[in-house]
Amino acid sequence: MTKNGIGESVRRKEDHRFITGGGQYTDDINRPHQLYASIVRSPLPHARILAIATDAAENRQGVVAVLTGKDMAADGVGGLPCGWGITSRDGTAMAEPGHPPLAVDVVRYVGDQVAVVLAESRAIARDAAELVDVDYEELPAVTDLVAASKTDAPQVWDIAPGNVCFDWHIGDAAPVAKAFAAAAHVAKLDVVNTRLIPNAMEPRAAIGDYDNGKDEYTLYTTSQNPHVIRLLMGAYVLHIPEHKLRVIAPDVGGGFGSKIFHYAEEAIVTWASRRVGRPVKWAAERSESFMSDAHGRDHVSHAELALSKEGDFLGLRVSTRANLGAYLSTFGPSVPTYLYGTLLAGPYKTPAIYCEVKGMFTHTVPVDAYRGAGRPEASYLLERLVDVAARLTGIDKVELRRRNFISPDSFPYQTPVALQYDSGDYHACLDKALEMAGYNDFGKRRDASAKNGKLRGVGFSSYIEACGLAPSNLAGQLGARAGLYEAGTIRVNPTGSVTVLTGSHSHGQGHETTFAQLVTEALGVDFDNVEVVHGDTGKIPFGMGTYGSRSMAVGGMALQAALGKIRRKAKKIAAHLLEAAEADIEFANGTLTVAGTDRSVSFADVALSAYVPHNYPLDVLEPGLEETAFYDPKNFTYPSGCHICEVEIDPDTGVVDVVSFVAADDFGRIINPMIVEGQVHGGVTQGIGQALYEQCVYDPDSGQLLSGSLMDYCLPKAGDVPEFNVATNVTLCTHNELGVKGCGEAGTIGSTPAVINAVLDALSKFKVSDIQIPATPERVWRAIRSAAA
Amino acid sequence: MYEFSYQHPSSLDEVRRLLQENDEAKILAGGMTLLPTMKLRLARPSHLIDLAGIESLQHIDDERSSVVIGAMVRHAAVAESKVVRSRIPGLADLAANIGDAQVRNRGTLGGSVSNSDPAADYPAALLALAARITTDRREIAADDYFLGLFETALEPGEIVQSVHFPVPKRTAYAKFRNPASRYAIVGVMVAETSDGVRVAVTGAGACAFRVKEFEEALAKKFSATSLDGMSIAADDLNSDMHASAEYRAHLVRVMAQRAVSGAGG
Repeated sequence: MTKNGIGESVRRKEDHRFITGGGQYTDDINRPHQLYASIVRSPLPHARILAIATDAAENRQGVVAVLTGKDMAADGVGGLPCGWGITSRDGTAMAEPGHPPLAVDVVRYVGDQVAVVLAESRAIARDAAELVDVDYEELPAVTDLVAASKTDAPQVWDIAPGNVCFDWHIGDAAPVAKAFAAAAHVAKLDVVNTRLIPNAMEPRAAIGDYDNGKDEYTLYTTSQNPHVIRLLMGAYVLHIPEHKLRVIAPDVGGGFGSKIFHYAEEAIVTWASRRVGRPVKWAAERSESFMSDAHGRDHVSHAELALSKEGDFLGLRVSTRANLGAYLSTFGPSVPTYLYGTLLAGPYKTPAIYCEVKGMFTHTVPVDAYRGAGRPEASYLLERLVDVAARLTGIDKVELRRRNFISPDSFPYQTPVALQYDSGDYHACLDKALEMAGYNDFGKRRDASAKNGKLRGVGFSSYIEACGLAPSNLAGQLGARAGLYEAGTIRVNPTGSVTVLTGSHSHGQGHETTFAQLVTEALGVDFDNVEVVHGDTGKIPFGMGTYGSRSMAVGGMALQAALGKIRRKAKKIAAHLLEAAEADIEFANGTLTVAGTDRSVSFADVALSAYVPHNYPLDVLEPGLEETAFYDPKNFTYPSGCHICEVEIDPDTGVVDVVSFVAADDFGRIINPMIVEGQVHGGVTQGIGQALYEQCVYDPDSGQLLSGSLMDYCLPKAGDVPEFNVATNVTLCTHNELGVKGCGEAGTIGSTPAVINAVLDALSKFKVSDIQIPATPERVWRAIRSAAA
Repeated sequence: MYEFSYQHPSSLDEVRRLLQENDEAKILAGGMTLLPTMKLRLARPSHLIDLAGIESLQHIDDERSSVVIGAMVRHAAVAESKVVRSRIPGLADLAANIGDAQVRNRGTLGGSVSNSDPAADYPAALLALAARITTDRREIAADDYFLGLFETALEPGEIVQSVHFPVPKRTAYAKFRNPASRYAIVGVMVAETSDGVRVAVTGAGACAFRVKEFEEALAKKFSATSLDGMSIAADDLNSDMHASAEYRAHLVRVMAQRAVSGAGG
């Protein structure tokens, strides 16, 4: 193994900077003569703006300007675009309402942007924002899916009757109907997948900085994908040509999807900076994050699984309503459709699947991708349903899963819902997890818990997911309005150190380490001599950024392709220097050797020769040693795994204690096992959060977000989760050279159903078969009590 | 936050003067409620009068039949105090489980008692232990002190100086905490004192209150089983997104039993 190469748990390069306070986040950046923006937000879920009186705010000392949606419209500012179009089953395009960065006539959720105050200090801006007097005519509002579906429900948009944005389906209904007609058993489940509020550690922030001399704009922003922001904001919102707009996403403190999207504030500060001729900074307060960062999940579904007498899955049908919020966020429509319906086969060979999804508008914060994005919704539904089927048929839940797994020898496997899985071994992950969990001794542990008056349960979840977004042509057919390749540049410096320029963006993933490991492995360059640069459209090639666990499978592959070009060119140079044939040059451990001889040249000397080409084949080879590659994936990648959770329930209070959690995952080849383990720990923690703690609550009458702070919205803390027991079982991805699949979201995708299945197992003696997430103590207590009554 | 003026007096006389001179002034103890409230712009004091510099509020005294704790003693100091730990271990345990480490290192006994948050932990201890609150004007029995939601017997400008905790025969606190805020959804302090058994509840109602029926049952026999089958009415209890009144009523009994067990009953 190459030292610090692929497969080694190298310590993270970036941690010294972060741990010692040397990180440079957007709010750490200050521009000369900078102003501070405070956003006036709607206190109402739905209202007509009758008038906005700005004079009191404008007259406050230190206030430079108060700007509204009308000012933006007058400057020709466009709406925030949606990056994915969905076509309904009847062939019509989804309802796509406009989304001005500052509302003009109507506000549609509590937190909707209404005006912006620009002032000399943050405090003055905030004080003055309260002096902006908005005269609202309150309109009826609706926040939840069930209420929004009623015939007399308040309407969010005129162009979306019944609040329906799209009515989409996937799969073939006829064979599914046939399967159900032939079924011996039909397992049924009504299930709610709750709305989540992302809460990255670093709140969103943005600085717009217009350079009048050059007529150029710079936007510093908390983004997972600065080029995407440049494209969307430049082309659709502010009409700035790309060569005049630079977007910098410096160190970013967590995203989980919520920092993919193009947000109003980015456009507001960039536009305002030109308008007032000074840089403008905005940074969200935590309360603002709660009401303005895109939320996640929020589905209501009914699912049915047809089984044969022996327990074979014959057909699956699913009907889902998905809450999109008040406006379409950048990728909102893709999440409950192509990232959800296509995943409903799971790891099972169910031959017929049909899924219909209605995307609905409500007067709530827009909903978009949140760690897992669609796949957690699919796996939660499916794995809950499999447990329902096990109870219904009396077949052991492990056995039922095994019986229906796609077998390891049937890859590539075409599912009935569009995806073709390339590799996996679901049996192996299950076996490994069972062993790690000590499943054979579970009965003893349950009895021991019972002696202490506790209810112990064990829950399973076998998941697959699709990540490494995505083959661009396929994504385009499915409605994506962008390519989904990645770009990377390997810049070998004259003395042999390497600068990596990547379109991927690290906001916690550790790219500066793992990408350097790729370089060390391929070129033998010392790990400390590799620097990874990301997040600045002024420096890096056009990249699509980081989301959907794509950084290694797509971004890493772009680098791998560029590294291949470097290796080939290095061999050519070495062949010249060593006066040998190119085909005879071997390149290993940083040295290029003529095969079978002791004649060699170091990679550093090759690099020097490329930049000081005194002895160099200039007639056939360009000097320099820098290569760029764009990589477009051939398929999604399909990580999979098995999670086993054990819980102990206190029947007197209903408190659920997660006492053990095992994850056996297949992420393909692992570059850095330590970082992968960390990703699983974080993902599982978020999944446990959804299962037990996190509650996004809108008051149905007032439309207010009741869980609007961390005092009420419960994020899991370290003490709320157990020591995790994680391992991997590798099958290689077959369609990328690295064999990598991705690991960023799997923890979130697999864990929630494992926890809830464990809770229901613990409650099985009370015949409790369903519980709403999060399984709060009161819900568990009520379930026990109503069963006992 | 709105703009305010920060004052750091070194004597109570100075505190009183500042209060008299400024109608909209607020006393700052640990600030664990006041500062977040100000950050959310729900409070707008003209002056903050910080008591941190007043040494006479910083003591923990071991007296013959009681422990006296100054108003500015932080929760962490109570939790770590050898005096409290040896004389009233249940009180040290209570303090050790308030909020989180950051809150315990800033929050104070006097601040908690003066604010009387319905979900704060200390009010249960004051009631259960029949504490006496000493202010700059008088002494108030805990039974007369907690009047309602954020409402106490304190008069405007009256400053809590210390709390006098009689040492009970035994006591323990059991808390069912809000998983997000770490406040008490229900907290019950049970104490066997020289004047009988006292059961005090926080988190469940508008302010801390005693449960006489539980006290009578435990007076007959100080055992968790004495409360089996008992319940309190849910009618006036708090109900929010974390717990309904009915669930809180149930938890009062469960936590009371755990507190009794914790106290060795």
